[in-house]
Amino acid sequence: MAIANGAAAGENIQGNSQDKKVELFLGRLLRTGVLLAAIVVFVGGVWFVAQSRDEIPNYRSFRGEPTELKHIPKIVHQAFSMRPLGIIQLGLLLLIATPVARVFFSVVGFGIERDWMYVVITLMVLALLIYSLGSNALSSGR
Amino acid sequence: MNTLEFSLVVALGSFLAGFLGSLTGLGGGVVIVPLLTLAFGVDMRYAIGASLVSVIATSSGAAAAYLREGYSNMRVGMFLEIATTVGAVCGAFLAGYLSTSVIAIIFGLVLLYSAYGSTRNYEETTADAPPDRLATLLNLDGSLPTEKGWETYHVRRLPIGFGLMYVAGVLSGLLGIGSGAVKVLAMDQAMKIPFKVSTTTSNFMIGVTAAASAGIYLRNGYIDPGLAMPVMLGVLAGALTGARVLPGAKVKTLRFVFATVIAALAVEMIFKGIKGTL
Repeated sequence: MAIANGAAAGENIQGNSQDKKVELFLGRLLRTGVLLAAIVVFVGGVWFVAQSRDEIPNYRSFRGEPTELKHIPKIVHQAFSMRPLGIIQLGLLLLIATPVARVFFSVVGFGIERDWMYVVITLMVLALLIYSLGSNALSSGR
Repeated sequence: MNTLEFSLVVALGSFLAGFLGSLTGLGGGVVIVPLLTLAFGVDMRYAIGASLVSVIATSSGAAAAYLREGYSNMRVGMFLEIATTVGAVCGAFLAGYLSTSVIAIIFGLVLLYSAYGSTRNYEETTADAPPDRLATLLNLDGSLPTEKGWETYHVRRLPIGFGLMYVAGVLSGLLGIGSGAVKVLAMDQAMKIPFKVSTTTSNFMIGVTAAASAGIYLRNGYIDPGLAMPVMLGVLAGALTGARVLPGAKVKTLRFVFATVIAALAVEMIFKGIKGTL
């Protein structure tokens, strides 16, 4: 995709090589997460379309999703019960989890570098992400 | 349209949005919401839910390529993510309280700004600004490869950048977009970070910012799997294709055309928002 810059790559080694290693690992992590999510969404999507192809979709008025498609534990349950919409939603959850994993491994990366200030900063970001997703998972799931 | 036709047409439109967005550097997310609401009559809330999901996909999908180039600044990104994630959570909550008309008008204004920002010419300034105390304390200064070898740059005016990042986060959570334009404004214009570093670091941050509002969107029932599926797959495929074409593409004209389209969509969204017909 990107044009590899030979000279730049050489320079990086003398530069902040530990940072660089961590960044490359994170890049691969992100790509893998997205691909995995896309595959799950695609599988669920094909199934969903095959099952309901003759229905007329209507998104004109907002009804909100049913509980089983907005509460994280229930989404997982739906997906493992082989409901196509649940599988798509699980794929989207994987997608949402990908940047969260990126932040988590950044904490580890800064920890290895013993950069405690950035361990704390990154933990703050992680806490917010967990708050946002966790408040969903822990909600009563009405 | 039945489900099959609807999914295919939405996927195709999303593919084009992702393709043009990645070629022009404007991001696919900005046109997804107008596309879904204006062309397909989708409710604003479903549209921003699907858009937010596609923003995470393109940001994470492109990150691997960006990281290899070695321009992004992880510390700057992570520090500013405190501001964007707090903003994103606030924005997502706000989205539940504001009427769709108000959201449409704000959306239109942000679109207009994105269109304007993309036509501006950026000059690469690795200006020899003196180091900034706060930035030094936070170890934010970095270096990037240039024609003359590696050059270091100093990060300036951290508080202004941090504040703008909060705004970028709120807009992202409120509108389901990446707000790349505002993020680049904060880094490139306010903090005087070189343009290349700003854009790649911004891309890196977009996924995390969007993930912060995703949990709330999900709980509010904005993320509909049947709609998000073709949008996410289409935008992702389009963005990855665009990134492959990019090295040989003449983007200047294309960027102008795309910016014009965005401006037109912006005007229509504002107009419909005022009339209350969205």
